[in-house]
Amino acid sequence: MANSQSSSGSKKHNLWVRVTHWVGTAAFLLLVTTGFEILMVHPRLYWGEVGNDLTPAFLELPVSRNYKHGGYEKRIAFFADKNSPVSAVRTYEIFNENGWGRSLHFLSAWILVVTGLFYLIAAIFSGHLHRQLLPGNISSKSFFNDVKDHLVKRIPQRMTGSKYGLLQKTTYSVVLLFLFPVIVLTGLTMSPAITAACPFLLKIFFGLQSARTIHFFAAFLLVLFLLIHVVMVIRTGFRKNMLAMTIGNKTPSDEKQ
Amino acid sequence: MKNNKYLITRRTAIATGLSSLGAMILYGCTRPTSPPTYGNILRMGDAFTYNAHRSLFSGRALAKEYSRRDISSFPATGTTNPGDSSRAGFSELYAQLQKKDFADWKLSVEGKVNNPGSYSLNDLYKFPSRTQITRHTCEEGWTAIAEWTGVPLGNVLRHAGIHTNARFVNFYAYDGWIDSIDMLDTFHPQTILAYGMNGKNLPLQHGAPLRARIETQIGYKSMKYLQKIVVTDEFFDTGDSGWAWYVGM
Repeated sequence: MANSQSSSGSKKHNLWVRVTHWVGTAAFLLLVTTGFEILMVHPRLYWGEVGNDLTPAFLELPVSRNYKHGGYEKRIAFFADKNSPVSAVRTYEIFNENGWGRSLHFLSAWILVVTGLFYLIAAIFSGHLHRQLLPGNISSKSFFNDVKDHLVKRIPQRMTGSKYGLLQKTTYSVVLLFLFPVIVLTGLTMSPAITAACPFLLKIFFGLQSARTIHFFAAFLLVLFLLIHVVMVIRTGFRKNMLAMTIGNKTPSDEKQ
Repeated sequence: MKNNKYLITRRTAIATGLSSLGAMILYGCTRPTSPPTYGNILRMGDAFTYNAHRSLFSGRALAKEYSRRDISSFPATGTTNPGDSSRAGFSELYAQLQKKDFADWKLSVEGKVNNPGSYSLNDLYKFPSRTQITRHTCEEGWTAIAEWTGVPLGNVLRHAGIHTNARFVNFYAYDGWIDSIDMLDTFHPQTILAYGMNGKNLPLQHGAPLRARIETQIGYKSMKYLQKIVVTDEFFDTGDSGWAWYVGM
């Protein structure tokens, strides 16, 4: 009988994995919802430190009535030269629900960061990170075989010494060890108090607006991951997977061991 | 007593630990360091962020300053003319001052100070000035860089004889806004009362004749059209506006 402490082969998720998974899920869904609301208020993305309605955008997203609203009075130049920066009075009544949107975003971010740190520390010290998540010494051949298997919709139970397949391990590692750190750090880079204390954040992300743009694309990739994750959970046995991640039931493949 | 061979039993250690933790929480209750949370979970999150920022960072670090080349275009949002009766934030008083180009304008400084009084623009010009090129970060998501010239708020309040038990500085604006900051932000070297923008007098749409610049917080704390400053030793509660009081993020 496989118990939850066994090093490999067990399909049963540890209690701390199950709890951090669902608390993290709830916080992530709140962050996506409020993040989208915040994006709706100013649906323009820029590169560098500065970006506003009076400067060119890198990307404009048609996600709210604020999209290309153009509700400004005459532009007034600050300086005499013809390329002078300008000022203009906004007359358009914009969509803005950031009062609750921002506060809920940051509250959810606290929950996700605390849960994520707890998960990371537990994963490192229990060996979960090393045994179950890191892809280890993958060869390009085994990796592409795994990709091919996914493409022909034959999802294999690979002998990786983990409950996860090779492509699955790689994806989880990229999400947990790259995308989450990037989205947290770019989020912090948008904070005036934090960048005053930690000015290197503005350097590594090329400025506040670059950090905001990277934050958006990291969020996009995380939502894409969520969708693929849910599809894979359904295709590999929804009931079995949900039982393993909730009440921690042993799965039929556990019983055989 | 069966366990008298131990000076401190596990049970007493736990009890002592819990009661001292309780004392720390109670101490926190008697000396509020944050505004009321109104039982609102969002305001509790804001308070947590505020306390985390104040515990983790010194609060004395300067926000990044830029070069003149970096000065950018700058939208004017919120109230843009309190002298215009057809717009939001209209003030009869402001309209009168505006007619005489703010010659009669005075900033009132009141509350927990030894010498309450008012400062005309000429009075403020006599203080050593500070010029800084900083980034305005709006809660909406946009940013803009401008050069601001003004007098450090801390210097004005020292001149007025601010009390040592002062805890908050409350700003009152002609357009009806009231907001406050703590002492750390008040005496931050980049917290200035700005009368100049990009080398000229502060334009009407950006808060003429005087606005606050609080560079370690989001744009809406840098109030425009200042009328009055009141120093208090406790938080002056204007009710839950639906917006976070501390916006260092």
